[in-house]
Amino acid sequence: MAEQPLLSVENLTVQFRGDNGWVNAVEGVDFAVGAGECLGIVGESGSGKSVSALSILKLHSQANTRYASGTIRYGDRDLLTLPQRRLRQVRGGEIAMIFQDPMSSLNPVLTIADQIMEPLRQHQGLSVQAARRKAIELLEMVRISDASRRIDDYPHRLSGGMRQRVMIAIAVACRPKILIADEPTTALDVTIQSQILELLRELQREIGMAVILITHDLGVVAQFAQRVVVMYAGRVVETASVPALFERPMHPYTEGLIRAVPNLDEDVHRLTTIPGSIPDPSTLIAGCRFSPRCREAVKSCLAEPPALVDAGAGHFARCPPRIAAGGIS
Amino acid sequence: MTEVVLAAAPTQILAERRRFRVLRKLAAHRSFKIGLVLVTILVLCAIIGPMLTGIDPTAMSIRSRFKPPSVRFPFGSDQYGRDILTRVLYGGRLSLSLGLSVALISGVFGALIGVTAGYFRALDPYVMRLMDALMAFPAILLAIGIGAALGAQASSIVVALSVAYVPRTARIVRASVLVIREMEYLQAARVSGAGDLHIILKHVLPNCLGPLIVQLTFIFAYAILAEAALSFLGIGPPPPAPSWGNIIAEGRDYSVEAWWVMLFPGLAVSLAALGMNLLGDGLRDVLDPRLKIET
Amino acid sequence: MSAASIVVVRDLVKTFAARGALLRAVDGVSFDVRQGETLGLVGESGSGKSTTGRILVGLEAATSGSINLFGQEISSVRGRVTPGAVRRRLQFVFQDPQNSLNPRMRAQDAIAEPLDVAGGWSRSARSDRVRELLEMVGLPRSCGDRFPHEFSGGQRQRIGIARALALKPDFVICDEPVSSLDVSMQAQIVNLLLDLQERLGLSYLFIAHDLAVVRSISARVAVMYAGGIVEIAPKRELYTSPLHPYTQALLAAVPRMTSNRARAAVITGELPSQIDAVPGCTFHPRCPFAFERCRIEKPKLREIAPGHLAACHLHETPA
Repeated sequence: MAEQPLLSVENLTVQFRGDNGWVNAVEGVDFAVGAGECLGIVGESGSGKSVSALSILKLHSQANTRYASGTIRYGDRDLLTLPQRRLRQVRGGEIAMIFQDPMSSLNPVLTIADQIMEPLRQHQGLSVQAARRKAIELLEMVRISDASRRIDDYPHRLSGGMRQRVMIAIAVACRPKILIADEPTTALDVTIQSQILELLRELQREIGMAVILITHDLGVVAQFAQRVVVMYAGRVVETASVPALFERPMHPYTEGLIRAVPNLDEDVHRLTTIPGSIPDPSTLIAGCRFSPRCREAVKSCLAEPPALVDAGAGHFARCPPRIAAGGIS
Repeated sequence: MTEVVLAAAPTQILAERRRFRVLRKLAAHRSFKIGLVLVTILVLCAIIGPMLTGIDPTAMSIRSRFKPPSVRFPFGSDQYGRDILTRVLYGGRLSLSLGLSVALISGVFGALIGVTAGYFRALDPYVMRLMDALMAFPAILLAIGIGAALGAQASSIVVALSVAYVPRTARIVRASVLVIREMEYLQAARVSGAGDLHIILKHVLPNCLGPLIVQLTFIFAYAILAEAALSFLGIGPPPPAPSWGNIIAEGRDYSVEAWWVMLFPGLAVSLAALGMNLLGDGLRDVLDPRLKIET
Repeated sequence: MSAASIVVVRDLVKTFAARGALLRAVDGVSFDVRQGETLGLVGESGSGKSTTGRILVGLEAATSGSINLFGQEISSVRGRVTPGAVRRRLQFVFQDPQNSLNPRMRAQDAIAEPLDVAGGWSRSARSDRVRELLEMVGLPRSCGDRFPHEFSGGQRQRIGIARALALKPDFVICDEPVSSLDVSMQAQIVNLLLDLQERLGLSYLFIAHDLAVVRSISARVAVMYAGGIVEIAPKRELYTSPLHPYTQALLAAVPRMTSNRARAAVITGELPSQIDAVPGCTFHPRCPFAFERCRIEKPKLREIAPGHLAACHLHETPA
């Protein structure tokens, strides 16, 4: 990551129209992804992890969204200020996306063939025959057996795992540089999840694409990503390499989250909890947004919003007291 | 348990703000506000207006036939020399209460029928086919038939229009019930041992009221328009007691010479229908969560 | 099995008619739940775990099989009426607190609904009980007049639990009670259920797809696949030495936070769609160890070690 990253998001603030005016859904978010790298963005509901990722392609409803600050640098372009027409060329071509629910992402009245061929013809200008050949190749690439027959099926004939494979086939059709995967396995069973993650890993290597994986599941991040961004209540609270984050979490929230996950390999009497609940985005909290739930909050935490501080070796955390104390308690 | 006490504080603040969310949204909805103002003005006029003018709406005066709008007759006078303003104000009483009655009656029966059909699935095909059959007739035609059979009086128009509109309300209610019956809170109630009556009263009815109320505002408007149309066809509330419909009907033969006879009651009908429709649109936007995304 | 079993289920079968074919959602399930213990029931979607819970509580009728609740035989077959006295001792916590609470009903009325239905509660007794229940599940006593949307997801699930406890049940079926919650909320609810069990001597049937959550709360765990229980054992045994290849695959598939990417073993294929019933063992098309017998004969659930049962031909001592 010493060289220029492939995509970098800087100081991104996205606002949604709420009942009482504009509400910050994410605030001052920074992250970057290098070519071929897998970046995990992890957080609970309301953390802004999906909002940040959807902003990369400006996929929010225009009427109710405002990009109050920030740049999204991709090559020499800023995707936030790119005209719609040019942005459309980036979408689905150089930057592709898959979503949580493969059921509603596929159009039920079109066959799989129709839906895979569309981007091929649009972005690569292939003829119908060539697009169909390519589509079958793609289905084989996502390990769908009997692809030449399956291609003429309608989505409802496929299982959830199969539909997600089709979505991945559509996403990688134009060999994107970046694949944004928004909770791609959340709706799937655990045995199917491991199949899909394995597939993504193999495709990432084959195509050499970067993957931005958005998930609430720390286990998925640990298995799949190289670097991880932890978000809480619209802000990045910690960024680190995966081994560093799981071995030495700096932010009390990250630490609490890791401890709150029930352990599959050990018997515990009670789970460790984080007290309180996740704040609503419209709730005003002076200072650190985690401070109302933090057991270690000191006076300065309540006074002003903390900055994301470098703790060395590419490990950043938004917790000055912890970093001043030299990391983990 | 200390952990939860911590959690309570921020949500409590939120709760205060969320409690009147529906009302605040309505207050911010422009067409709802316009509709509310229109309807309020019309209703107030109908209630207190006649007291202010102090004129008998049926008092005739041969000498002041077909007077154009003036200070004495602000809306002019008709072929019997009656004051149109007074007649429109009185007519509002009849027309608006007729609209309200039709809305209430078709609401109550529509809710009963819709809940029955939606909740007790075995009855559904029979009940809804009957409703479909009723709906196959144009509302006006049905009303003409029933009105003719029962005789020309205000109450028979209420019955006729209610019968015509019940299938619509029943359909709306049934559709909501079909959604609600799949909700987990119904199963939760059933697990608690609740019977059908309890479930219908506590869970089904309160949750299908929103769409029904919206539909009723539209029916209110339709009923006022239909009353005018029926009067025009000669089966409205009988003269001399004024309704907006029969004032227009009486004025139609003189529409060229005395345009004011038809214009003012016609305006009243249009404003009432417009007001109720705007009101209904606003309620629908606020009450129907499916439409919440784009406002 | 043991004298202290308060729930005994034997050969429970539930079939649905789907597109002209019979779908066996639950296919001969047997288990016991003992006084004061938690039996975890894990499985992936379509395994029949939720249907099993719904039959027990009377939301669905079984096609055949027997259910004995608190020593009383309940005719499980169609048209059954669970005696009120039995039903009162058995309650249910739903998955999604968003959907299982009526949006137009205040928390206090939702919690008191079982009391209202049962009858015989005066106004003051009712509101005292509601406040007591709110406190029991860790909510402020004063929040009863709020509506569901004014609570967070975790708080709503607390209301769902309070409601289930209103009539002082002995046995509570929890159907995926934490799967719609965030990790930090999930741990709070699991701990609450553990506290309540200790305090009130409850027994749970804890239905979930998340193996780690099930481990944190259960005493014994049953694993379901394609409508049948494939393995049932005390939790430590099930998680440390699983016998059935499906249980092994399931445990291996869960992504761990700690392991240094010891690549999870990926099992191929998906759950059979059940309409075209698989002959023999339902898992054999995906099983890496399947042999001839697995394709022909359906294995029975049998005791392989004390208290550890599995339905797999691999673990049968030759007859």
